[in-house]
Amino acid sequence: MALRDNQREAPPPAGPARPGSATEEERREEMRRGRRRSRRREALIFLAFTIPNLALIGLFTYRPLFSNVYYSLLQWNMGSPTARFVGLDNYVNWFSDPHSWNYLRITVIFTVATVGGTIAIGLLVATVLNQKLHGRGFARAVVFAPYVLSGVAVGLVWMFMFDPQFGVIAPLIRAVGASPPNWYNSPGWALVMVIIVYIWKHLGYAAVVYLAGLQIIPRDLLEAAAIDGASKWRTFRSITLPLLSPMTFFLLVTVTLSSMSMQSFELIHSMTRGGPVDGTTTLMYQIYREGFVTGRAGYSATVATILFFILLGVTLLQMRFLERKVHYS
Amino acid sequence: MPRDGKSGPPPEQVRRLLSGYLPLLLAVVVMMAPLIWMLISSIKTRPEIFTVPLQWLPEQPYTGNYAEVVERYPFGRFFLNSVIVTVVGAGVKVLLAMFTAYALVFIRFPAKKLVFILIIVALMVPPQVVIVPNYTLIADLGWQNTYLGIIVPGLGTAFGTFLLRQQFLTLPSAIVDAATLDGAGHWRKLWRVVAPISAPTIATVALVTIVSEWNEYLWPLIIVDRPEMMTLPVALTLMQNADGTNNWGVLMAGTAMVVLPVLIVFTLLQRHIVAGLTQGATTG
Repeated sequence: MALRDNQREAPPPAGPARPGSATEEERREEMRRGRRRSRRREALIFLAFTIPNLALIGLFTYRPLFSNVYYSLLQWNMGSPTARFVGLDNYVNWFSDPHSWNYLRITVIFTVATVGGTIAIGLLVATVLNQKLHGRGFARAVVFAPYVLSGVAVGLVWMFMFDPQFGVIAPLIRAVGASPPNWYNSPGWALVMVIIVYIWKHLGYAAVVYLAGLQIIPRDLLEAAAIDGASKWRTFRSITLPLLSPMTFFLLVTVTLSSMSMQSFELIHSMTRGGPVDGTTTLMYQIYREGFVTGRAGYSATVATILFFILLGVTLLQMRFLERKVHYS
Repeated sequence: MPRDGKSGPPPEQVRRLLSGYLPLLLAVVVMMAPLIWMLISSIKTRPEIFTVPLQWLPEQPYTGNYAEVVERYPFGRFFLNSVIVTVVGAGVKVLLAMFTAYALVFIRFPAKKLVFILIIVALMVPPQVVIVPNYTLIADLGWQNTYLGIIVPGLGTAFGTFLLRQQFLTLPSAIVDAATLDGAGHWRKLWRVVAPISAPTIATVALVTIVSEWNEYLWPLIIVDRPEMMTLPVALTLMQNADGTNNWGVLMAGTAMVVLPVLIVFTLLQRHIVAGLTQGATTG
């Protein structure tokens, strides 16, 4: 059986059966029974060790995954005792609502920009931090620090920085001769604002992952390239980047998951509440708003199911198409 | 040492300055500026904050914003709630992760791989997808505005289990086998053999769990609406709703009080936190 990897029992020691011993058979039978008993005992201990965790994961992750699909077929308001089964109506409504396509568009822009920005800038910062410079330990800590901070707190601080009248960013932009955009009231600029903050908060994570990758690149490989007269850029493109592809792959999967779900919720909720004019309402934020602001729990579950399948699809695609291109050294 | 009157510093030094220290400095400034701005603003008086053009520094440090946070809100209670939720939540999670990871590596069980796959798949389920059903369950239990309601739904741990399993797999089996020959049961092997050797990894997992519990936001936001049960991040939303954008000084003081404990812990233990949060990258 494929699932039993390394636990297969060694065959019983097949010593030469002593002639004429009827007890030999009984002894073997006894051993087999003993082994079965101990195997059953092991299984019980396994269950005792794992069941609390598995039960919690089952109750609060797997159960809701399925009840969510059921809820998505109901017309039902949060807190209401009555729900009406409406079949696929919620899905039909979602797909025929022009707002949905706007939320989907915003989700795609937000995800592509945050994932791309986090990974690209993270790589850039990692190459800076990888040089032998004084204070690079301190710089690494500083770059990573925002990643461990509360998203709400980060969102509030940046909201104040972006404040058109009293914030610190507007005068900086004016200082270089441009006029600051209307971050607070323009849907497009509000989205840019949240994307900037997301990248600021997460690029340290990407940088540290890339740093780990840069440190395991064999030095002689880079020296050989230098002796062959390869330019820095050429070396980076032909040696460093391919050798970093496992990290890039890992970051693509993890940052996409974080950007399309939890990590961006805190920023969007504390900075824009999905506005202005829905300009920062991603699918993930729509789930929260339908469920807990307008109270349409059934519809919220529908959006959640749709998001789940989108995320599943994106992750599977990434794994299928990218893992083949990843070089493991 | 200048070699002759005309040439400046050798080109190698200029290059290090331009492509090394300058970008490094830029990165540090960009990453630190928001936090410094938060701290500076939190010690400005209201007129200083609402000055156009911008007044960069306060005339003198003003502690009124912090006093206002503590007076107007049960801040001590918020802090206590966060500590309780973090300590209990992280403590139980680490224990559960240790038990599960130990079982997955050292105990014989027919469907072990299947159990592991179920745990890994759970890692991929976004919290938003399970939030409506979990909310109705907790509400049916009457656990809104209780510690149980905040803590219990998050206790199952796929992430910690995954990291600890990876670590346990690397342990030399001879050590564990020796304990078996000495007649040690699984309970004793876990506590006397596996846990002590894996202490650094367990500590790392604990730190990562503590940081994420402290920052946990969406779930407590939904399950709590009474101020005395709010955790710090949720309390920030309360302050934001009450003050909006017309009281940045108080808001920045509150934000600083939420962020500083984490920053202090991070400064002391950053090597371990970074290692834990990025562990999957190189070992996965």
